[in-house]
Amino acid sequence: MSKTTRRNFLRTMIAASGLVAVSLLGYIPIVKGWVKRLRPPGALLEKDFLASCIKCVQCVQVCPVEAIKISDIDEGFGVGVPYIEPRLQACDFSCDGLQCVLACPTGALTHHINYPHQARMATAVLARPDKCLAMHGEGFKGLARGADFEGTLRYDEIDRWNPLPVAEHEYDLEICDLCVRQCPIEIRIAQCDAGNPPAGDPNQCPPEHAIQLVPTGDGKFTPEIMAGCVGCGVCEMICPTEPGVIVMDESGRGVMA
Amino acid sequence: MKNLMQSFAVLFGKDPVKAQQSEMTKKTIAEHQRKTEIRDKELSLHIKAERKKKFDSPQKWRRKRWISIIVVNLLFVLSYRLDLQLVEGALTASRFVGFHMADLNSALQITLAFKQVLINLVIGVVTVFIVWWLLGGRTFCSWICPYHILSEWAELIHLRLSPKFSWIRHHDFDRRARFILWLVFAVLAYVTGYTVYETISPTGILSRALIYGPSVAALWVLALLVFEVFYSRRFWCRYACPIGLTYGLVGATAPLKINHDLRKCYNDGACRKVCLVPHVLHSTKKGAAVKLNTELGADCTRCGRCIDVCPTGALSFKFKVGK
Repeated sequence: MSKTTRRNFLRTMIAASGLVAVSLLGYIPIVKGWVKRLRPPGALLEKDFLASCIKCVQCVQVCPVEAIKISDIDEGFGVGVPYIEPRLQACDFSCDGLQCVLACPTGALTHHINYPHQARMATAVLARPDKCLAMHGEGFKGLARGADFEGTLRYDEIDRWNPLPVAEHEYDLEICDLCVRQCPIEIRIAQCDAGNPPAGDPNQCPPEHAIQLVPTGDGKFTPEIMAGCVGCGVCEMICPTEPGVIVMDESGRGVMA
Repeated sequence: MKNLMQSFAVLFGKDPVKAQQSEMTKKTIAEHQRKTEIRDKELSLHIKAERKKKFDSPQKWRRKRWISIIVVNLLFVLSYRLDLQLVEGALTASRFVGFHMADLNSALQITLAFKQVLINLVIGVVTVFIVWWLLGGRTFCSWICPYHILSEWAELIHLRLSPKFSWIRHHDFDRRARFILWLVFAVLAYVTGYTVYETISPTGILSRALIYGPSVAALWVLALLVFEVFYSRRFWCRYACPIGLTYGLVGATAPLKINHDLRKCYNDGACRKVCLVPHVLHSTKKGAAVKLNTELGADCTRCGRCIDVCPTGALSFKFKVGK
């Protein structure tokens, strides 16, 4: 081997192993469990989800409330995959038809679910019950998240088709029940009970309740999370206390077989 | 068949072998003979005269290609930003007016990591396979990939800086590295169950950054470009990119090729100086062509730079199905 060939070979070995080493750095956030993200509806369990997501972000493009964001390199192998930050913008199923699931070319968001109530993105958890207005028997008046909040929700009674800014919607409630009132599952149950299922499709009717206020006496109430909760994060987003009472626990993610 | 095997071998990193006269046709040998009979001075005058005659701009194909890269990537951006819904997604996977498209390398990574064949992906893969087989495989690299254009600009900077600073020199690498990396990333995807390569894929990172806004990941792409400017021009596309190898395999038998016509070639070497993968231009070396017309090998990205710069018009695009 000539000197140039040897150098050339050595240089190549260093560069190639360097590239593999850099790519494997992406393992660290995964192994260390740094990445705990709420994924879009239908997401497979994390390991399968990361394996099957092709990082094309088509789900981002179709979301009417722009709830879906893309992760950056700090999430290692999870770079370029979608997530939701529910406190800023939850998934409120404005699209009804699970557009992100339909857009997914690989089924990383499983094509086995067709309706919002079939999703299990996470489970809602009462993280700070001491802050809950209803548990103190208090009402709520004003803007849920202040005038500068950029999140949007579908307010069916105002506009069936376009999500509206939460900051344009004032509430005046004797007992704060925002988490129940805005819950996409509870809204659907109410619509179905009134004989008016979303899109006229009875299949859209959730079989189980997701959240309800349970009276505890003295005019006080406790929000109770129920089996129908899909973990969409709307209750986390809408909760008017700072920080919010309810958070999404993504370890509660499940998949429809 | 022998040509194809050779084309694959060169794609995987083997150096082209100089052919024996016994492999050449009589006409080819006669043509080589004619070239040796032209004396140096006469030859340079001839090349000069041809260069003058040449009507085409030396930037013709490059300009078309840059427009193609910019327009395609802009379509992705505008489809999202203006909700045009023309090409949704990113270069890893997309819908082109509703049709599934999937990058072959990304699809391969996912299939290995997830260990399931995904039907939607199959549709996207078949579509893309047919398109890029027709167009020449690595045509993806030089006509679509956003990293390619940045790398070309980095190369221009390199060429401008290197005469001024002695420490900015180009360093060659062993071309077999790309095949090794391709294998390693395939094995890693299967063993770890993660699409490891996507973590450093400049194509994916850039495509997403263009469409959805800047990312920290783009700094990795910047680091690659800096490396190319100061240490090794076109390093990524030449020696590393598994996507390039995948598309090279797809385009090995493509009908769209660049043809080298020995009769018009005076071994000027201008093509090899500008080529991203000069080993595919082996036949342009003195006495190397086996036939009067040689189609460039699978690693050729059909970028057209060689056509642009050839003073005597010996290289041209050719679309031919079958032998």
